[in-house]
Order: sequence, then structure tokens, then C-alpha cells
Amino acid sequence: MSGPHLLSIADLGREGIEEVLRVTDAFVEVSGRAIPKVPALRGKTIVSLFYEDSTRTRLSFETAAKRLSADTMTFSVSSSSVNKGESLRDTVETIEAMGIDAVIVRHGSAGVPWQVASWLHGPSVINAGDGWHEHPTQALLDCFTVCRAANGLEGGAGFAGLEGRHVAIVGDIKHSRVARSNVHAFTALGADVTLVAPPTLLPPSLAGWPVTVSHDLDDVLPKCDVVYVLRMQRERMQESLVPSLREYTAGYGLTRERSHLLADHALVMHPGPMNRGVEIAAEVTAMPNCVITTQVANGVAVRMAVLYLLLGSGVDLVAS
Amino acid sequence: MVDATGRRGADVLLRDGIVVAVEPSLGASAGAGGGVTLDATGCVVAPGLVDLHTHLREPGREEAETVETGARAAALGGYTAVVAMPNTEPAIDSAAVVGQVLELGAGACCQVVVAGAITVGRAGKQLAPLAEMAALGVRLFTDDGAGVQDARLMRRAMEYASSLGVTLAQHCEDADLAAGGHMHEGEWSSKLGIPGIPAEAEELMVMRDLALSRLTGAPVHFLHLSTEGSLQLVREAKARGQQVTAEAAPHHFTLTAAEVAGYDSVFKVNPPLRTDADVAAVREALADGTIDAIATDHAPHPQEAKELPFDLAPPGMLGLETALALALTELTLPVEQVLALLAWQPARIAGLVADQGGPIVKGSAANLCVIDLAAEWVVDPAALASKSRNTPYAGRRLRGRVRHTVLRGEPVVINGEAQR
Repeated sequence: MSGPHLLSIADLGREGIEEVLRVTDAFVEVSGRAIPKVPALRGKTIVSLFYEDSTRTRLSFETAAKRLSADTMTFSVSSSSVNKGESLRDTVETIEAMGIDAVIVRHGSAGVPWQVASWLHGPSVINAGDGWHEHPTQALLDCFTVCRAANGLEGGAGFAGLEGRHVAIVGDIKHSRVARSNVHAFTALGADVTLVAPPTLLPPSLAGWPVTVSHDLDDVLPKCDVVYVLRMQRERMQESLVPSLREYTAGYGLTRERSHLLADHALVMHPGPMNRGVEIAAEVTAMPNCVITTQVANGVAVRMAVLYLLLGSGVDLVAS
Repeated sequence: MVDATGRRGADVLLRDGIVVAVEPSLGASAGAGGGVTLDATGCVVAPGLVDLHTHLREPGREEAETVETGARAAALGGYTAVVAMPNTEPAIDSAAVVGQVLELGAGACCQVVVAGAITVGRAGKQLAPLAEMAALGVRLFTDDGAGVQDARLMRRAMEYASSLGVTLAQHCEDADLAAGGHMHEGEWSSKLGIPGIPAEAEELMVMRDLALSRLTGAPVHFLHLSTEGSLQLVREAKARGQQVTAEAAPHHFTLTAAEVAGYDSVFKVNPPLRTDADVAAVREALADGTIDAIATDHAPHPQEAKELPFDLAPPGMLGLETALALALTELTLPVEQVLALLAWQPARIAGLVADQGGPIVKGSAANLCVIDLAAEWVVDPAALASKSRNTPYAGRRLRGRVRHTVLRGEPVVINGEAQR
């Protein structure tokens, strides 16, 4: 196996997460400059290998790589020989043969970044979302957003921003890589996490998950420091996981009425893309404590930090 | 020598495919006249093993396995007979395809019999010509790879089969409940974000078919049972006197869903690897007679298929060359009981007692294997005779190895080397 990689939040642990957040803090400053570019990764080549549609994650990674002066290539499925039947392994080995330093992988099947890492000899692999499994950089940017909002970064003395905080993750946990990564990340940083969802949208087993579960959003909201709302896909209705989106919104949507139950300081977060009016009301997204666009902005700095730590600093971010 | 009649020390003389003498000491002269002498010092001489569940892939998927390569792997694993599963392309659902596979098996390293499909094209819609296939010697029928979902059709198949002296074998899986699943549903599937198949998908069909067997009076054989609940159902049915037999695969008493953590689809199989409790239940059921046979579910796939993402890769593992050693290494059962599960009990279920499964006595068919119980070896995928490499046991140290295999009096494996 090559490396180092960023495959899973579970591999990072508290120290790994905090290291990324510390470096992110520095890159936020870079992003605010008139010319937001540093030469840290000049001469490095980074490939985005996206087998699934993605706007924000792909653009965020590419922006991050460019601000670090890396060369970037995008391999998107429609324009590639994958449509001619090329296997994942052949594709990966072809890309490696071009001489690259990192591959950012997004795939609809859980585990693909592990397979890619096992076939490569040199380049780092970054998991940009694998099936329902993990989306580590999303969790990192979410942690950063909470810590920053809570002023937990002062003096670089650790990340108290999530310690002892109550976080509710609301919605389709079962099919969510964001939820899986965020449960690991939030709890690693000391938060208490409550999953709020109908039983059909929870994983079949929560054995070993350091979370509590509720089916009563109204009961949970007043106690939250952070409410993290997940996207609700229309296709879940066809699978009889919920009878209708109307019924879902009535039970689990962050409606305007429900938002009044939130404490004044409570943050509202969403990984995007949103279904306004389904899992979150348009009015709620306009609330001052709704940090959804801050999440996107921080995403670039977090991904700069990840690329820098994996490719630039020579420091092992994660065990390879 | 170990067979269903017990254990004894003896020399065996074979001629014209028949056991002609079993004596404490036949002496050097017995083999005179151009015969071959196989050294079995320190080994167990046993009836050749019988696999109830082999995917030979021919016709249609010859890149994964052929009758020739699969039979060679079988002989190296100690088998003198295998039942070829009908999920080929085309399916073995007619006398013509049965005849084709039997012909391919004629010169192979082991006896090749076939299981016919219960329904046309294994599509679960229309009864296949069971009598025409039975006339060619087919004794087991199954749509393996899928269960027959339609209870009414399964009832008709059982009723029809009961007059033919054949047995229906079910791949127990409720397709609706299992839909979209790729591993056992539970702690690991939840963690790994892989859609799961609940144990109940298997158990529902076991329940249904026990009920249908009671309704029709027809016997039923359950393929590759993997859950604690299924085994309890079979145990209770046997206690009630129902005509039911069951098999389990070596991977279901040696591996759990935790193996999937690295996303290597060599660990993808159907039924899926289950929990520690299920593994313990399979071992218990092998020990107490709830399970009648260890069957390999040998399912070769080419490497490129197993390199697909986990949820897209086909299920299945190799089994023929490791089953005996896994049973000897992992099960705390006497050798007699291991061989009962691998040889004479499956021979009975397959309807092969005339030629297979022993006992080794004067006049019986000379289908034997010679097992070195003490030999230790490490599984090397590259060294396997199968055309595919998808063993989940790469690097595993096992005890017990086949030294010789004799098919109809001919040594097809000598000192661990295939002769054909």
C-alpha cells in the first residue's frame, strides 16, 4: 500500500482531527488574502477521480489544490474510457502511470478508496465520499465550522468547541456517509451526539456507535448546541422508508415553527445540497445561526490543510 | 482405514475399479503384475469425499472454471464426486444441458453428477422437465443462486418430485427481504455502509419450505445454511420426524462478517458471512447431527470480477481444495464424524450410495482418498488447481492434506499431484 492516505475519520482519531483543524486555521488566513495562493504544493499533481456527481466537493478540492499551486486533473466518468468498459483497477493504474501525487476518489460504492489505495504504489488517496460509508473532509470542515463559531481555536490550545456540546444529527442516517463520518468526528472531539430519525432511516444496528437515538425532534431541539440536518432524498419514498415527504417534514423537518425551539446560540448546519421545504425550511436557512455557507467556505481551507499535510509537509497525517 | 463401519488398520487391493481385498496385511505380492502401490503409511484411507454443492461454471462461464479444472481441484481436495450446480449459462434445466455436462465430466478427475434446475431458466416461473432430467440420473434439483420465491410453484415442484424419487434442494433466501443486500445485515454492515441481508431472509424460506414439505410429504434439502435461527428450525423439524436434510459450507463455520472490514470482495458470498454466534451455531449443528453434510459452495470467479467495488462484485468463494483441511483444523470432531459429513452422508443425499461414500469392503466401488492428518500447509491461491483464485483463506495455515485420490480404481492424485 502507498500512502499516506485520508480514507476514514475513524483512522484519524482526536489528535489527527485536531492537527487538521490547526493547519486549517492557517489556511483560512490565506484564503482571505488578495491573492489567495501559496506555493506549498508547486510541482505536485492531484487527480480528481469522481465516479459520482458532485459539485461542491469536487470544486472545493480543486480550488484547494489550486490555492496550494498544485496541478490538477479531473477524471470524470462520462468523458473517460470507463464508458468503454475500463475497470476501476485499470483506470487507477493508468492514472498512476502518468506520475501523480494524489488521487481524490468519489464513488457510489462503499470501500472503493480502500481498493484504490491497495492498488497504488506511491500516490496518496483521499476519500471524497464512498457510498453510504464515509466522507472525511466533510466531517473535518463541519468540526472546523463548529469550533470556529464557538471560538474554540484561540491560542491553538486545542479544540474545546465540541467538548461537552450536544449535537443532533437529523434525518436519513442510514444512507448517509456524512452522518457516519460526523458521528466519528464529533464524538472524537467530545460532543454528545443524538441521532434523530424514523427507525427506517437508521442503520440496522448501532452496536458500537457512541450515540443516543430519538424519534422526537421537538424534544431534542431545545437541548441542542448544534442541529445538523441531512438531505432527504425523494427516492426514499419509493422504497417505503417514509410514506410521503409531507409526513417526513411534519415529523423530522426543521420547519420555521420548530426552529423557535432552538436555543439562541444553537448552530444550524447542512452538508448540501438542500431540499428546501423538505428537511429544512427556506426561512431557517436565512437565520443568523445557520452556517451552511460558512461550511462551504471552510471546506476549501480544510481541504487545503488535508492536501498540505498529506503531500507537502512530510508529516504522516494518517497511518498509511 | 476409516469408513461408516468404523476404524481399522488394513491394506486394500483394487482391481477393475472395484475393491477386491481388504486385509490386515496383503503383503508385497498383492500388487504384483504391473499394479501401482500407493503408500498410505501414517495416513487415513477413506471413501472419496462427495461435494453436494459445486459450481463448475461450464457451460457459459469457462473463464472462471471448467468441468475439467473444477474436477481436478476436487480430486486434489479428496473428492471423488461432485454435484454440479445448475446456474450455468444456459442453466441446467433440460435433458440436453444435463447430457452436455455429464459428457464433459466423463473423463474428469472425479465423478461429475448434476443438479437440475427446478424451474425453467431458474426464473422461478415454470416447472422444469424434472422427469426427463431424472431419467438421465439427476437426483437433486435446485434453482441455487436464488430460492424458488413462489410458494405455490414450490409446492407443485415438491408434489411432482415426490413420485420421481428425487430431492428438491433450496437456496433459502426471501428475495424481497434480501433485496439490494451485499453482506450480513448487522453491526458490520451498519458500520461499513454496505446494504445488508438480514438472517431472517434465510430463515423465512426455511420455515416456508418446512411447511411445504409437511404439506406435500416430499423431502427437502437445505443448501448452505448459515444462521442460528435456520439451524434451530431444522433441529426442531428433525425432532418432529420431518424428512429434511441440511448442509453447511466451511466459510460459515470459519469466517464472520468482520472480514468484510477491508472491503475485499473475496469475502463476499451468499449467504453472507454472519456473526460469531452464527459460526458457533453452525459448529454445534455439525456436531449434533442437525447438519448432515459439509458442502463447499465452490464458486469460482475471475480476479477482475472480484476487483469490482464490493457491492458490484459477484458473491462466491473457492472451496474444493480447502474444505477437508478446514474441517479437520477448525472442528473439534473425531475424524469419523468429519468424514461422515464430507463423504458418506452427502453421498446418501446425492443418491450416490451405489458408487460413492464407502464402506470400503470387498466388492465396493474403488473411490477412495488417502489423507495425511498431520500434514500442515499454508493456503497459496497461486498454487490452487482451480482456474480462479478467489479463496478467502490465502495465507491460512491448515492441518490435514490429501495425499492420494483414487477414482474407479485409478489414482487421479498421487502424492498431492493430479495425474490428469
